[in-house]
Amino acid sequence: MIGTWQAPQSDGTISEELLVSFDAECEHRILILPAWFDEANKLRRLTVEVMRRLEGAEIDSFLPDLPGCNESTAPLEQQTLPGWRLAAEAAAQRFQATHVLTIRAGALVAPAPLPGWRYAQQTGAKLLRGMIRARIIAAREDGREETSDKLMDTGRSEGLTLAGWPIGAEMFRELEHAETIASETRQEIAQSDLGGSGLWLRAEPDFDAKQADALAALVTERLRAEA
Amino acid sequence: MSTTPVSSKAIGQSGLGKSRSEIDRELKAIIADVLGIDADDADAFTPDTGLFGHLPELDSMAVAGLLTEMEDRLDIVIEDDDLDGEMLETYGGLLTFAETKIIEG
Repeated sequence: MIGTWQAPQSDGTISEELLVSFDAECEHRILILPAWFDEANKLRRLTVEVMRRLEGAEIDSFLPDLPGCNESTAPLEQQTLPGWRLAAEAAAQRFQATHVLTIRAGALVAPAPLPGWRYAQQTGAKLLRGMIRARIIAAREDGREETSDKLMDTGRSEGLTLAGWPIGAEMFRELEHAETIASETRQEIAQSDLGGSGLWLRAEPDFDAKQADALAALVTERLRAEA
Repeated sequence: MSTTPVSSKAIGQSGLGKSRSEIDRELKAIIADVLGIDADDADAFTPDTGLFGHLPELDSMAVAGLLTEMEDRLDIVIEDDDLDGEMLETYGGLLTFAETKIIEG
């Protein structure tokens, strides 16, 4: 089901954001924190297909847009990691989440107390490195010379648009050092656990039903083992 | 071409001892993952097969992902200065670049 939710922002205001949810008031309720930026598009279908499979296994799931992401009208360049953490925590409470499933960089803003899964987690530094490299390659094609060092400096002081995504200076500085913290209650799910190659690598958004089956099965199996 | 066989453990740990055919196979597998094609189709790539600027789906973001994957799977580091048109233009250019990087260690 598609609806909206009220996301709190760091400045105290509320932003109305899109919500995709499968809510049958089940015992297990999973907050989904998706991949970011370019990877968000490439993994969107996989993410929603996993939610459909969880619904079939009588597990509720909630995929809220964070401010500045996906369909949000909030400006991306004004977002910060603490702001997204605030919104993710509010979503966890609002939907009474019992678990969290993060995808790629989504792991960087997962609410601390929730147990769950981290699929192919990625650090902020690696995320930036890939996007900076894409910008350098595009610039060279246009006959312009850009370097990582200069782009990093600009990003830290003024913010930077990378692969079409305007990232504010504060977010940029936070991403450079953003890493996930090891957690005993969050299970790591590697791409090799799903089989095939990561869909974020694909040049065009794609889908692999077997990967969605495998990810949903890993989540379902653990919840059944806990019961 | 014959090469001295090395254990998979040695390859994984140091990146040394990879033969040209091993690098070729791994690089084709990475490209297959990026383009979403079967390994068999990637196998048909020749040194002259065009990449960046020839395959419309291979935009700058996809190439950046490909290079990051090469770093992880071939255990190399790619610098800004390495990113020239020749290296990205054809499969042969990319393969030669990967070999050089692995030898440089």
